[in-house]
Amino acid sequence: MSPILEAHGLVKRYGHVTALDGADFELLPGEILAVIGDNGAGKSTLIKALSGALVPDEGRILLDGRPVHFHSPADARRAGIETVYQDLAVAPALDIAANLFLGREVRRKGVLGKVFRLLDTRRMQSEADAHMRDLKIGIGSMSQAVETLSGGQRQGVAVARSAAFARHVVIMDEPTAALGVKESGMVVDLIREVRERGLPVILISHDIPTVFDVADRIHIQRLGRRVAVVGPGDVDMAEAVAIMTGAAPGNTTRRD
Amino acid sequence: MPETTSTEPSGPAVADRAGRSRDAAAAVARFAAVPTVGPLAALLLACLFFSLSTDRFLTGGNLSLVVQQVMEVGTLAVGQTVVILTAGIDLSNGAVMAFGTIVMTRLAVGGDVPAPLAIVIGVVVCAAFGAVNGGLVTMARLPSFIVTLGTLNIAFALTHIYSHEQTVTGLPKALTALGETFPLGDTDVTYGSVVMLVLFAVAWYVLRFTAAGRHVYAVGDNPEAARLTGVSTRRLLITVYTVAGAVYGLAGLLLVGRTTVGDPQAGQTDNLDSITAVVLGGVSLFGGRGSIVGVLFGALIVGVIRNGLQLMGVASVYQVLITGILVILAVGVDRLARRRRQ
Amino acid sequence: MKRRFPAPGPLSRSLAALVALTLAAAGCGSGAKGSGKDITIGLITKTDTNPFFVKMKEGAEKEAKAKGVKLMTAAGRFDGDNASQVTAMENMTAAGVKGILIVPSDTKAIVPSLAKARAKGIDVIALDTPPDPQSAADSLFATNNLTAGTLIGRYAKSVEGAKPVRIAMLDLNPGITVGVLRHNGFLQGYGVKDGDPSIVCTQYTAGDQAKGQTAMENCLQKDPGINLVYTINEPAALGAYTALKAAGRTGSTMIVSIDGGCTGVKAVQAGQIAATAQQYPLKMAAQGVDSIVAWARGGKKASGYTDTGVNLITAKPQAGLASKDVAFGLANCWG
Repeated sequence: MSPILEAHGLVKRYGHVTALDGADFELLPGEILAVIGDNGAGKSTLIKALSGALVPDEGRILLDGRPVHFHSPADARRAGIETVYQDLAVAPALDIAANLFLGREVRRKGVLGKVFRLLDTRRMQSEADAHMRDLKIGIGSMSQAVETLSGGQRQGVAVARSAAFARHVVIMDEPTAALGVKESGMVVDLIREVRERGLPVILISHDIPTVFDVADRIHIQRLGRRVAVVGPGDVDMAEAVAIMTGAAPGNTTRRD
Repeated sequence: MPETTSTEPSGPAVADRAGRSRDAAAAVARFAAVPTVGPLAALLLACLFFSLSTDRFLTGGNLSLVVQQVMEVGTLAVGQTVVILTAGIDLSNGAVMAFGTIVMTRLAVGGDVPAPLAIVIGVVVCAAFGAVNGGLVTMARLPSFIVTLGTLNIAFALTHIYSHEQTVTGLPKALTALGETFPLGDTDVTYGSVVMLVLFAVAWYVLRFTAAGRHVYAVGDNPEAARLTGVSTRRLLITVYTVAGAVYGLAGLLLVGRTTVGDPQAGQTDNLDSITAVVLGGVSLFGGRGSIVGVLFGALIVGVIRNGLQLMGVASVYQVLITGILVILAVGVDRLARRRRQ
Repeated sequence: MKRRFPAPGPLSRSLAALVALTLAAAGCGSGAKGSGKDITIGLITKTDTNPFFVKMKEGAEKEAKAKGVKLMTAAGRFDGDNASQVTAMENMTAAGVKGILIVPSDTKAIVPSLAKARAKGIDVIALDTPPDPQSAADSLFATNNLTAGTLIGRYAKSVEGAKPVRIAMLDLNPGITVGVLRHNGFLQGYGVKDGDPSIVCTQYTAGDQAKGQTAMENCLQKDPGINLVYTINEPAALGAYTALKAAGRTGSTMIVSIDGGCTGVKAVQAGQIAATAQQYPLKMAAQGVDSIVAWARGGKKASGYTDTGVNLITAKPQAGLASKDVAFGLANCWG
């Protein structure tokens, strides 16, 4: 099976600090790939490169086998890669439907939409409703302001937004970091729901048990490089942590 | 949320909500939370009070007068509202408007420019000031408070330099036309009042029913979220400030219509007056919340109090005093509402 | 049914209490009691805060009470606030006033509003400052500012005699008639012309003490030998005095001023200001009220200019120059 998103030899330097030191990356269709690593291992730099938030100094990124060059998150989004951020990137005062369609609003057909730029509020509401139900997110009314929701539900809205518009990949950057245990569980269920819909997911997380629970494969990042890719059944958590911290060797070699 | 959409049919999932009485209570709470309810109630209360206090208040002529008296600050408040909704603030609007009026009137009177063209140039100059504000806020990432404090002083100085401290008089008809009145029933209504109301209606439509309006709210609410979800925040902010500038130019035209002179001293407290109207209208100074319709009520509240107390013979300092108390009340209510949400 | 005050129902009673409270707070008591047989007079000053206008309001209130008419007052929020004055004129017109006394903040900009009020049959009287053109008001009650300037100019000349002087002119603001008249009056009285080499420094102070001090400091930087200072009013004069004191030049420099406010006259008493020309805002307002009442009760409408008088106040009178002493100044001062 050929990877849907891959990266080879990514390098990113900030002055004297090398955040990415020839990192490789591979995401297969339909999988949940977890990315773990200690602080400073270059996880978030890697993810920013994949989501277009930064441009790597060296290296290639391929989407469906074709090279891509992202200069902004909008570029990545246009290519079908959506990102969910840890800090609940929603507008609390806007309602759920407005948040789902933020930046991609649907206008009425005909003159009303073209000339008067009139939004099709009803259509957005009903599509949002259908979509949220599809992902089994139990929220009452789509005209409810997001700030009336719990943290987990808010993240649900963010995930639903990504899942609704991603054509290729959903990246989730620490989606449970700001949430309690029960709410984290809800989001983890959601991640599975997204995979069920055929979308591969990149999950960046510090939460090793959750990673072992939900991931199909685990990418371990250390010192700016990928040092191992393991299956949750092949190693146990202690071994994974050992690789993360450098106490045990990884299983991939650097391609120079 | 721009206005409320609570009257929209809710999805079927609503049925699983617990307890009908809680639903009813929530409905009441939601109604009270509609940002226009408070300002409207305050406005009606003020009107009722003055109607009972003086028989000269509740006449068509007097009410038309009140609207005419708030048309300048009300129009400025339209621009101010949009800026504040993006979590910015515009201190320069009165000074920019004054510069616009001096440009219009001097070009038309001493500059041999046809009046309609002079008006257009004046409005464009104001829009340019707005663009500078927006550009500095987004490109240089400076706080809007500082940027507009700077442009306030620049516009003020340019006004006085360009006007040579002289009030411009003898204006051509086209410049003062919006100060003329037309009869509506037995009441004379000023054209400028209609212009202001139309501007409020347009702003309401754009903010409430278009994507651009939603983005204004989103940028004020959570700029990072707006940016990450694909809203071009820079372009939006520059547009907001520029359009606000053009609106200030129109406010200047209304002022010229009302006073029939180009006055270099005009507008010196209008920045704070427009902010007062916005705050009384229930728009949050923290951005992202509130309705432009409330701002119209807010502007009218100030006008009604000023007019009503004057008719009752209360000295003008007390009008300022009461306005001050109302502002603190309005901000307090906003603060409380915020705390309850968190 | 038309009625000015509500019958005391439960709602209106609480509202009436609110009115009473507001009026009590206002402390003017001018609104509520429907005295004066329907004659209401409006007074619009430049600001509410300047003691000159406070005194003017006091004069108007006293006279209105004596004549049994109702007085309404309003003011701009800063000197030059035309829009507020326009609004006040409209509201007073709506309130049905017989006459309006106004101190125009912007002498040109207010003219169309004066015309509107006069078209409605309102007697419009300018106080202190004439509108431009002066004919825009029915009549004018004011100090002759040219005379005021001339008085202190002559005084200065008579003290200095033929000695060489270096003059600083601390003016009001550009383009404001009062300032121009006083300035010109002083120069006429002293016998020099604008552009004379003895005038070594000219600065605008907006009639403000802090700005007056800054202006004087700058003038002393330019020419430390300044020995005669003309000031537009006493706050500016006191600011200039502070600057001179800091420079150690109070002994050798004479300050002359205009206004006759109580603080100013005390400064004359203390020798900080050599002489000032005192004007009488209370009189302006009282005469204005009288004029409107007389017309409203069937008399003739006043027109043209009424000089409300000006006196030279000094502790060191000069032979051949009529002046009043400090005791007189304090008895008639304002503020």
